[in-house]
Amino acid sequence: MIMQNTNSNLSAHDAAEASNREILSFILDNEEFGVDILCVKEIRVWTSVTEVPNTPSYLKGVINLRGTIIPIIDLSERFQRPAKEYNETTVVIILHAIIEGKETVVGIVVDAVSDVYKFDEKQIRPAPDFGSEIDSRFINGMATLSEKIIILLNSSKLLDADELYRMTNRAKAV
Amino acid sequence: MAIEMEQFYDIFFEESLEGLDVMEQSLLSMNSGSETDLEIINNIFRAAHSIKGGSGTFGFTEVAEFTHVLETLLDEARDGKYTLTEESIELLLRSCDCLRNMIFALQAKESIDTEQSKELIEAFNKILDEENGGGGSAPSAELASESNASAEDDGLKNWQIVFVPEPEVLQTGNEPLRLFKELAALGELSCKAHFDKLPSCEELIADECYLSWTLELKNSDASEEEILEVFDWVIDECKLEVKAVSGETEQDVEREVESKSAEVHEEKEIPNAKEEPKQAPKPVAAKPAAPKSGGNENAGSAASASASSIRVGIDKVDNLFNLVGELVITQSMLSELGNNFDMTKLEKLSSGLEQLLQNTKEMQESVMRIRMLPISFAFNRFPRMIRDLSVKIGKKVELIIQGESTELDKTVMEKISDPLVHLVRNAIDHGIETAEERLEKGKPETGHIRLDAYHQGGNIVIEVGDDGKGLNKDAIFNKAVEKGLIERDVQLTEPEIFDLIFQPGFSTAQQVSDISGRGVGMDVVKRNIKSLGGRILIESKIDVGTTIKVHLPLTLAILDGQLVRVGEEVYVVPLLAIVESLQIKSELVNRVSGDILLYRLREDNVPIIRIYEEFGIEADNVDIDNALLVVVEGDGQKVGLLVDELLAQQQVVIKSLESNYKRVDGVSGATILGDGSVSMIIDIPGLISYSSKRSRKRSHVKAA
Repeated sequence: MIMQNTNSNLSAHDAAEASNREILSFILDNEEFGVDILCVKEIRVWTSVTEVPNTPSYLKGVINLRGTIIPIIDLSERFQRPAKEYNETTVVIILHAIIEGKETVVGIVVDAVSDVYKFDEKQIRPAPDFGSEIDSRFINGMATLSEKIIILLNSSKLLDADELYRMTNRAKAV
Repeated sequence: MAIEMEQFYDIFFEESLEGLDVMEQSLLSMNSGSETDLEIINNIFRAAHSIKGGSGTFGFTEVAEFTHVLETLLDEARDGKYTLTEESIELLLRSCDCLRNMIFALQAKESIDTEQSKELIEAFNKILDEENGGGGSAPSAELASESNASAEDDGLKNWQIVFVPEPEVLQTGNEPLRLFKELAALGELSCKAHFDKLPSCEELIADECYLSWTLELKNSDASEEEILEVFDWVIDECKLEVKAVSGETEQDVEREVESKSAEVHEEKEIPNAKEEPKQAPKPVAAKPAAPKSGGNENAGSAASASASSIRVGIDKVDNLFNLVGELVITQSMLSELGNNFDMTKLEKLSSGLEQLLQNTKEMQESVMRIRMLPISFAFNRFPRMIRDLSVKIGKKVELIIQGESTELDKTVMEKISDPLVHLVRNAIDHGIETAEERLEKGKPETGHIRLDAYHQGGNIVIEVGDDGKGLNKDAIFNKAVEKGLIERDVQLTEPEIFDLIFQPGFSTAQQVSDISGRGVGMDVVKRNIKSLGGRILIESKIDVGTTIKVHLPLTLAILDGQLVRVGEEVYVVPLLAIVESLQIKSELVNRVSGDILLYRLREDNVPIIRIYEEFGIEADNVDIDNALLVVVEGDGQKVGLLVDELLAQQQVVIKSLESNYKRVDGVSGATILGDGSVSMIIDIPGLISYSSKRSRKRSHVKAA
């Protein structure tokens, strides 16, 4: 009997955890984006990278993260916005996820890291159609938090090499 | 038991497959007819026994039942009641295959195809029946009839079990208490311990078992077989007596003994308690049934079920451990030196750094050695294969294996297995002549295939040799001309002619068999070996034989590289690919068809590849005059790479770009340099083809 009680307590606790997701938000071109905090491995300042030949311009290069070679993607260029100069607030967020059974790690360059938010599943709304301005494949939804709108990115899509490095329709058309 | 059994499945599968390999090898080493070595039969028996035990424990009844029949036959053979004939060895080999299929099916969580096993069980039973004159004394029949008998007798039975374990029973990870618990599940269990063998405290060895027990199982519906099954794991390490008794006498005896041993009963816990801690910290218990062995690994294996594991000898781990210890000492020495450093300590510093270098090198080597496996892992499949093939094509072939303890990187080993199979098949099919032909030539009737492996420099050389008919130079040459691979009037050296057999679609076999001869294969073999960074050489003499030598790098993880600088980027050029480095003399540069520059290097004209152009980066030096040219060779083609500066030569550790990104044209991987920065390793053949593709595209654009 006692055992059962603790069990039900636990599961209730779990459910509360699940609905209370945490995201890390960052600024990109004066807009706030968010990724699931569990996908964030670490945050680094921008350091120089080694260029990889014959790669799209949004792939800035690779860095050595404690013995692993990690590609660094400029997210704003990936979303077809103009390339920018990097300054002292430019940071690299290292994301990781298990894709097809193996850990994949990618660094994304963003303008600045903003905050960590907690929110309910209820607060997420499906994203409206953006047209081709932002690739909607990577967007999970929008979250409204006290008059702010945060665009939630789908981290596992973002890390999937097939999706991430696939040419966008617009780029193909040009 | 409340332990999740599934976590041990993988260990069981791995061990069973290993056991099957042992069985197969032992079977093959057994010559039918001649005096059978008891040790070999024992080996086979042990392997079959642990598969049976394991599969019983995990509830894989199909496997357990099948191995039980196998075991029965082997038991007869072990006792000398039955001599294994060629026919029965063949059956046993087939059952190895059958078991392997079963285990693969279990691994893939598919249902087991029992047809094959049923067929084999029937065959085995037939042998057993014949041997015993059909008298029903075959153990399997006996057991079956017994279990039938007990099933008919639906009344509950009382059993008396006398269990006298050998002292070492605890060291193999078997705990009597656990066995008794299992027995208790079968009925009412009462237990008496006998202390007569218990030595005095001074003589007592804590992890040996001095006790024996008389157990009574009352009102049980278990059959004798079920009771025996409980003792499956310890059956070799104890004296066990199981007999059915009538209830009353038993109780009388019990009462009698109980009164006597009441006080002794209390003490029973003491030796046991001493035994316990000794046994608990023994995580290397070899049997999957030992709960301790899997617990730690479980977290890892659950995360990546597909990751394969390797077994590492404890000596290698110990060695590594020692080295890490030394490294820590060196580190603390250096940091102490750094705390208050002045110029007088310079000498100390440099010797400390020297030591650090030494340590790191040794550690690198020893980590590499962990990945190394003896090549016997790759060679072991050949005895069976040759046996099967020689029967199939009616040639007498004997296999000689040498150097099987030569160690090789695991990844290289995995990739070299298939090419080796191909080479051996070819040797049997094309190399070795039929027995009649051999006798005509005055050679012994039985042909020989030789597998050899040895280290040479930083390479491992694997030889596949036969004493067959050898390669016919003229036939190869004519065939090549016929196929249009070469012109009739070219002069080729012997190695060049032999090299022709690696051309796609080349086969001189008059008849295509299902073993080989279709002409696909040798080119694949060569391609595989090349992709591993290896070479393949052929030596052959008519009617003496052919030897194929495969040179392979010991490991794929480390490469000797030449660092070159282009603009701000540093690239690694594999040292093996470099022919020479030189300063360009402008009078030797020829411009052909617009953009392409050729450099005259003695008799050769070498196209120049400008790295900065291919990789789209800035370079210091775009002027061809006096520039540095690194002449490299890839896929038999020489090109010159234009670089700004030659830097150091060093060993680099290859890191894959694909693990987090994808393949990049012209780059085979990346490495981390001494300063922590990342550097690309240039893939020479890839760069050549990429560059020629680009220049073709360019000329297209121009033409348009």
